[in-house]
Order: sequence, then C-alpha cells, then structure tokens
Amino acid sequence: MTAAAPSPTREGAFGWALLRVCSIAVYIFMFAPIVVVILLAFNSSRSGAFPMEGFSLQWFGKLFANDSIVEAFKTSLILAATSSALATIIGVMAALALVRYSFRGKEGIQTFLSLPLLMPEVVMGVALLMFLKFLSMPRSFAVLLLGHTVLSLPYVVLLVQARLVGLRSSYEEAAWTLGANRIQTFFEVTLPLISPAIVGGFLFAATLSFDNITATLFWKKPGIETVPTKIFAMLRTSVSPEINALGAVMIVITILLPLIGGYMVRRFAKAR
Amino acid sequence: MSSVELKAVEKHFAGGIIAVDAIDLDVPDGAFVTLLGPSGCGKTTTLRMVAGLEHPTGGEILIKGKRVNETPIHQRNLGMVFQNYALFPHKSIFDNVAFGLKYRGVGKADIAVRVRRALDIVRLPGVEQRFPTQLSGGQQQRIALARALVIEPDVLLLDEPLSALDANLREEMRSEIKAIQRRIGVTAIFVTHDQGEALAMSDLVVVMNKGKIEQRGAPAEVYEHPRSEFVANFLGNANFLPATVVAVAGGGISVALADGSQLAVADAARTVQAGEKVNVVVRAEKIELDGGGLSHASVLKGTISAVDYLGSTARYDVTLAGGEKVTTLATIRDGARRVGDQVNLSIAPEHCRIL
Ligand SMILES: Nc1ncnc2c1ncn2[C@@H]1O[C@H](COP(=O)(O)OP(=O)(O)OP(=O)(O)O)[C@@H](O)[C@H]1O
Ligand SMILES: [Mg+2]
Repeated sequence: MTAAAPSPTREGAFGWALLRVCSIAVYIFMFAPIVVVILLAFNSSRSGAFPMEGFSLQWFGKLFANDSIVEAFKTSLILAATSSALATIIGVMAALALVRYSFRGKEGIQTFLSLPLLMPEVVMGVALLMFLKFLSMPRSFAVLLLGHTVLSLPYVVLLVQARLVGLRSSYEEAAWTLGANRIQTFFEVTLPLISPAIVGGFLFAATLSFDNITATLFWKKPGIETVPTKIFAMLRTSVSPEINALGAVMIVITILLPLIGGYMVRRFAKAR
Repeated sequence: MSSVELKAVEKHFAGGIIAVDAIDLDVPDGAFVTLLGPSGCGKTTTLRMVAGLEHPTGGEILIKGKRVNETPIHQRNLGMVFQNYALFPHKSIFDNVAFGLKYRGVGKADIAVRVRRALDIVRLPGVEQRFPTQLSGGQQQRIALARALVIEPDVLLLDEPLSALDANLREEMRSEIKAIQRRIGVTAIFVTHDQGEALAMSDLVVVMNKGKIEQRGAPAEVYEHPRSEFVANFLGNANFLPATVVAVAGGGISVALADGSQLAVADAARTVQAGEKVNVVVRAEKIELDGGGLSHASVLKGTISAVDYLGSTARYDVTLAGGEKVTTLATIRDGARRVGDQVNLSIAPEHCRIL
C-alpha cells in the first residue's frame, strides 16, 4: 500500500474500495484452493470432490497404511533434514568469509553463490544431470541431496550474511582482546549472536527442499519418490481423496515449520 | 621504562590511503596518554595497531620492550574499551566480566572473587545476574571498563569511550576513569577528538593530524606552547596575527601589525631577525578587554564586530585598526559590550607565541 493517506474525495473513496475488493479477490484466489484441499481431505465421499458428504478421517488412515506414501515421506524428511543441515553449515561458513574477510574474487563468489536463486530450476536440473553424465555417475540419493543443498544454499548465505553485516565486529574484537582465539570467539560470541539467522536459514532450506518438485523430478533415481513427486505420480492416474489428505499434511508441515522457527527465534531473543 | 613503544609505525590501506604515517611514540609505564586529533587523523588506526586488530604496514610495535608485530591479538594481554561498549548481549554481566579470566585459566572461585572486585572498582556491585540491555549507557561503559581491567592488562586501550554518553555523564565518567587508572596504576592510551577530555585526563597529550604527530607534551605545555598553527587552532580559540619583526632585544621581540601598532612578544623558543614576517599566536582568553592591564602589556585599539553571549562570559569578535580580526573571551562584569563599541585590547608579551 502507498504511504498516501486515503483522500476524502469521491474518486479517492472509490479507489480505496476498488483496492479493497482487488485485495480480497487476490487472497481468495491464493488461499481458496488450499482451503478446498484441506476440506476435501475430511470428506467421507470416494469421489475426492465436492459436494461434501460427511466428515471422515479415513483418508488419513489410508495414507499411513500406504507403504509407498510412507516411504516417500521418509525420503522427503531425510532429504530435507540432511540437505538443509549441509546448506546451513556451508552457508554459515561462506557468509562469514564474505562478510568478515577480504580476499581475491570475493565479488565473483558472492554472485556465484546466489546464482541458483536466479536460474530457472529446469536449467539447474538439466545442468546437474548433464554434469553427472559427464562424470558418468548414476542418479542416486546423493545426487538429490547435493542438488537440494545447492538450491537452498543461497537462502542460508543471504540470511546469515544480512545478520552478520548488522552485527558490529567489535563484539568479536572484544573477545579477541580478552584472550579468546578465533575458534573460541566463533563459538562463544559469533555463533550465539547469529543463531536466529542460522535457525531461520535452516528452516527455510528445509521447507524449500521439502516441497521442491521441478528439480527433484530431474535428479531422483527411478523408484525413489519424495512426497511432491509421489503426489505428482498419483495425480496422473486420478484425483483421489488420498491426494487431498496428503496435500493437507504437506500444507500443515510447510506452514508449521517456519512458524515454529519464528517462535523459537523469538523465544531465543527474549531470553537475552 | 616504556610500556608501549611505536617505532616508525605506519599503516597504508588499499587505495593509497595513508592512515598512519611513520609515527614514533613512547608511552611511559603507568602514564595516561591521549591521542587527540580531528576525525580521520589516524587515532583509531594507531590504537588498533597496538591492540593487534590492525597490522602495521611498516615499523615496529613494542609492548614492555618486546616486539609484538607478530603476536596475535588474543596473546597480547591488553584491555580494550570500545566506543559502543561491545558488551556481549547474550551473556550476563558476570559472564561478560569473567570472559577474559576464563581464557587465562583462572579457577572458578577465583573468578567470582575477581569479578566482584572489578565490579566494586567501577562502583556497580550486585549487577552480576543482569544482562547488558538492562543497564544504562553509563553503567554499560563501567562494565566494559571492569571487563577490560579484570584481566590485569599490560595496557588499557580506550577508543572514544565517552562519546556515546550524554554531556553530564561524560564529565562524571571522565574523572572516574582517570581516578581508577591512577589508583590501579595501569598504563592507558586514550583516543578522543575532544580537547577538554584530553586536557583534563592526560599525563601526555599527543596531537595528531593527517596520520602524523603534530606535537606531544603535558596538557599545559601543548595548550600554552602550540608549535604549529594546527595545534594552536585545534586546542582552544587561537588568534593569528600576521606581523613584521621590528626589533629584537634579549628575550623581548617587538613586532608591528598592519597599521603599524606595536606588539611586545616574549618567546624564547624562537630566534627571529628584524624585518622577518611572522605569525603571532594569542589565545582568546589571554586578551584582556579594557582592563587596567599589566603595565608591560601592549594595547591595541579595535571595534567590536560581533558578540556571543555565553552567560558568565562573552566571546567578542574585534576588528583591529589594521583590519585584523581578533576573538577574545571575557568575563562579564557589568553588562556585555555591544557591537560597534570601541575597545582597548591588552596583550601581555608572555602570552604571545611566534610561529
Ligand atoms: N579499514 C579501512 N580501510 C580503508 N581506509 C581506512 C580503514 N580504516 C580507516 N581508514 C582510513 O584511515 C584514516 C584514519 O582513520 P581512523 O579511523 O584511524 O581515524 P580517527 O582518527 O580514529 O577518526 P575518528 O575521530 O573519526 O574516529 C581515515 O582516512 C580512514 O578513512
Ligand atoms: Mg576513531
């Protein structure tokens, strides 16, 4: 919204009314499908579409009885946890180097690190595949892990970098003058002070990995499914109510994860 | 014995910036030395090189007679107080003050004793369990001082520690820091661009300009005997009068101003010859306005061109007969003078310096 105050004139009032209607329409457009998916997940009907016939939890039950779905869940969770952990470790180190040290080619590395952010995922997907072919390496879980790490790395780097830039170097300098060496200073001073950004970066990376589909389709070994690719595969046959239930679970996880993160960061900040 | 010695220390930054230009400095043991100068003159850079936070591009730094150029910061045993306090926000006051002791292998019980003693020294007992944000600016700066002193540093380094405080608190902390330093006997290097702080606190004032040392000496010496136009200007209100030497007899020099009026100067530090063009420096507060005057003072006539009323004193801009502008600082007795008033300025010879 603009900084200008609502004008008392007629056209002004009309403009504001229009803006309000448009905003509401946009929100409906964005959130209605999500609401529909969640509602239908509790529908007792077999059709997986409106009208709702009754309330039921059976589709969730079916979900957990379906081994291939449970398997996809496990893959997704492990992939999200490991790739975001890797991205966080590498990202924190990269951010530290970029902010606190000066070295040759710093600008280049900075651009290079944010490249996955700008590149279309399809291009990333194909590029990594071709690279692996060049190395004659088969597709595997490791490739998926590598790919997801690369995809989420820029987010961690940017978040931690922003925090480090805002953090005066005099805290670290004070620690050095008091007798702590670089490593001790990092763990005693720097790390606690940038931890909100690290937690945020980790959760962001985990969420990105958890619901990535485009690049994952290129990189996954046939037979391995993550939750999004599993849904995609199931959709090819039919829209079943199980898909609605699975979608509902996905939505809850991807919304809950950042919320928990935000809460933790705030708790953390308050304890100071 | 020197606590800190700088030998031709210089610091060049990328882009041809010469922050510190071949500085020589001896800091005597137990002395309070101030680096004073305008913004960008290289004070902070000099201090940071002593601390090890910046590496000199030339020269040698010695602490207690030992070369430390290659000694990493954390092994130098220096206490540093930063402008923004730099207390660790995620640690309690106790943990902040104890930080340096932990890395010196001090036992737990001993740490508690020494932290308490340090907090007593800065007159803030009992705040151990609080966090830095729960203290006022002045209190935080006291804790920063305690944290730097508790490790019994060889040298205490302070980079404008008072500039973040408000005016009243600044004066209070000024005398407190000085008192603590005197009591403990620790050598201190203090950086400031505030001449009041420098004059009030120091045993030795080092005036810096453009990466070089302009002059060093006891506060009174630097103030009373500025050896360059820069120092005269930077410390207090100085007047510069272009003049021609007319006579030299013994320690007494007589100079003529533009309109021919004569001014007696007693400056043994300079040898001049008749006919030489010189600059005479007189401090504003040394010029007496229409006073009975000392019998040996020169008297110059002028007209007041501007008045700055300051309460108990007033600052007058006076235009002399020859067109020179002079600033004087005078105590107000019975009402301030007005613009346009004719005045007599008495200047004693011993208050004039020749540059
Ligand atoms: N890291 C740096 N890179 C490049 N130039 C620098 C760097 N640090 C300082 N300088 C330059 O060196 C000169 C001296 O800086 P310094 O910080 O020592 O000044 P200062 O006397 O402390 O000034 P102030 O009163 O403003 O704090 C300045 O011209 C500054 O721009
Ligand atoms: Mg400075």
